[in-house]
Amino acid sequence: MRNLIITILMFIPLIIFAEYPSGEMLLKKIDENMYSENIISVSTMIIHSRRATKTMKLKSWKNGDNSSFSEYLSPPKNAGTKMLKLDNNLWIYNPQADRTIRISGHMLRQSVMGSDLSYEDMMEEDEISKIYQAEVIGEEVINEADCWILMLTAKVADVNYQTRKIWVDKTKYLALREERFGKSGKLLKTTTIDEVFLVGKRWYPKKIMFKDVLKKGKGTELIIESIEFDANIPASIFSKASLRK
Amino acid sequence: MIFRLAMKNILGAGLRTWLNIFILSLSYFVIIALQGLYVGWQDDASREMKNWDFAGGQYWQETYDPYDPFTLEESHATIPEDLQKLIANGEAISILFSPATIYTDGRMRNIVLKGIEPSQNLIELPTNFLTDSDGEINCIIGSGFADNLNIKEGDYIVLRWRDKNGTYDACDLKVAHIFSTTVITVESNQVWISLSILQEMLGLPNEGTIITVKDEKYKKEFFSWQHKDLDFLLLDLTKMIKAKTIGSSIMYMLMLFLAMLAIFDTQVLSIFRRRKEMGTMMALGMTRLKIIQLFTLEGVLHAVLAILMGAVYGIPLLSHFEKVGMKIGMDAKEWGLSGLDDALYPVYGWKLVFGTIVLVLIIVTIVSFLPTRKIAKLKPTDALRGKMTK
Repeated sequence: MRNLIITILMFIPLIIFAEYPSGEMLLKKIDENMYSENIISVSTMIIHSRRATKTMKLKSWKNGDNSSFSEYLSPPKNAGTKMLKLDNNLWIYNPQADRTIRISGHMLRQSVMGSDLSYEDMMEEDEISKIYQAEVIGEEVINEADCWILMLTAKVADVNYQTRKIWVDKTKYLALREERFGKSGKLLKTTTIDEVFLVGKRWYPKKIMFKDVLKKGKGTELIIESIEFDANIPASIFSKASLRK
Repeated sequence: MIFRLAMKNILGAGLRTWLNIFILSLSYFVIIALQGLYVGWQDDASREMKNWDFAGGQYWQETYDPYDPFTLEESHATIPEDLQKLIANGEAISILFSPATIYTDGRMRNIVLKGIEPSQNLIELPTNFLTDSDGEINCIIGSGFADNLNIKEGDYIVLRWRDKNGTYDACDLKVAHIFSTTVITVESNQVWISLSILQEMLGLPNEGTIITVKDEKYKKEFFSWQHKDLDFLLLDLTKMIKAKTIGSSIMYMLMLFLAMLAIFDTQVLSIFRRRKEMGTMMALGMTRLKIIQLFTLEGVLHAVLAILMGAVYGIPLLSHFEKVGMKIGMDAKEWGLSGLDDALYPVYGWKLVFGTIVLVLIIVTIVSFLPTRKIAKLKPTDALRGKMTK
């Protein structure tokens, strides 16, 4: 009898972990939903700062990991502002001043228009499975969706966040919640997906809430109005000349 | 004889003479007072900047450019062996810079994080407060920046930074001390922590951005480090004060112009009114040159008497300002200028005082001489009849 109990106890963890899918597989599934070589999207960014709420609409074009272009469509104060990212450099065109400013290095850590997103966060478009290795550490229900909890550890040295914890929807393969940690384990940023939608065969976030936990305020909401994957984007759009057009 | 005659003549002119003398003395006073302020500011600022920042000179890592924030992230290198020896002997200090972000009361602020050896005593920064006594990371910040952030000693601020690979991390810093300095370059948007802690945070052991040395004469060259002597380090301050001195000189040039105008008018008027006197002097055998000397001397005597009058009220007033300083009347740190405290303490050197006296005397001599040229053409017969020879 005693031996039987010991044998059962020994097998319990195996039974539990046997149910967990591979972390790598889940990351690839997420990338299949989120990543595309070419994307055109229109989104609304709502910044809930300490004193006021600001709403901005922008259209973005993205090509591969290294090039992206965004144009603010509203409010009138910001309309016409354009951002071009090429590799690790970012140029911002201000139509009022008719000037282009280059941002690089530590300046990329500054918040975009007072939001909880830094320029770096906005520019981060790499495939997550290429940067992180993942371990499934549990499961939890988030917004009535069953999720796997994954602990991500960076595979490469030059990464913004050493560890991340994500809650992946078991059926739609989207990270419904994410926590980004510093090297010492201090929580720095959180992301929550409140609504998802189906685009072709992909599930994609519709409403995302970003929060810099070190900063006061309710966070920054990003609502994806429309998105087109594998879109045909002319290469000329990712040039400095297109900032002034 | 000419001197006595000239003195008798100008004192005889009464109020007109004393008004001219007063205006001239005021010119002396204003020039010396204003110049003294700038000299005092430069002296104070240079001394404070040496004490708080530059010591005897600095070595900058070759990519470091204080005016280009883009260079900050890459501006670090291993400290050369010879400089390490100086550091070990207390004759130099290494400072490591890193861009970082602090959060105070939930507000984000970009800063320059600086690491310095807590036991150093080469510069006046109170780095002894950086010694970690209770397992916390201590930091010190300047009073102007602390007021700006609304933080006080004992408060905690959240620091976020990136290591050499670009990976984020964050921790709490305890504000161990808030120091007061007039040197903006060590306090504006800066947080100071222990060098070893910063090196560990960034993953850059034994690296620095600048090395401050004690000895002004130490100028050895090192690969990838550039020596900056005090002339270079204080160049911005010197240029700024020079520009301000030029700006303020407009005011005393105006005063000097008014005084010279008064002297010139007096000379023209007295030559016109004293034609018969000149004729009589010529008739008695005085040469034209002597008469020109007499009139010129009369003008110069105004300047000499102005020195005496200026000394009567100027010396007590300037000495008073030298002791108590001149209150600026607002928080000098808001101006963003180094060396400016609540009050400016002027310095009046002999060079300044004598330089001003000689300058005014030369100008007065020229201005007094110019109208007397008419005398050279004057005929004694015309003069005796009260006429000017054309």
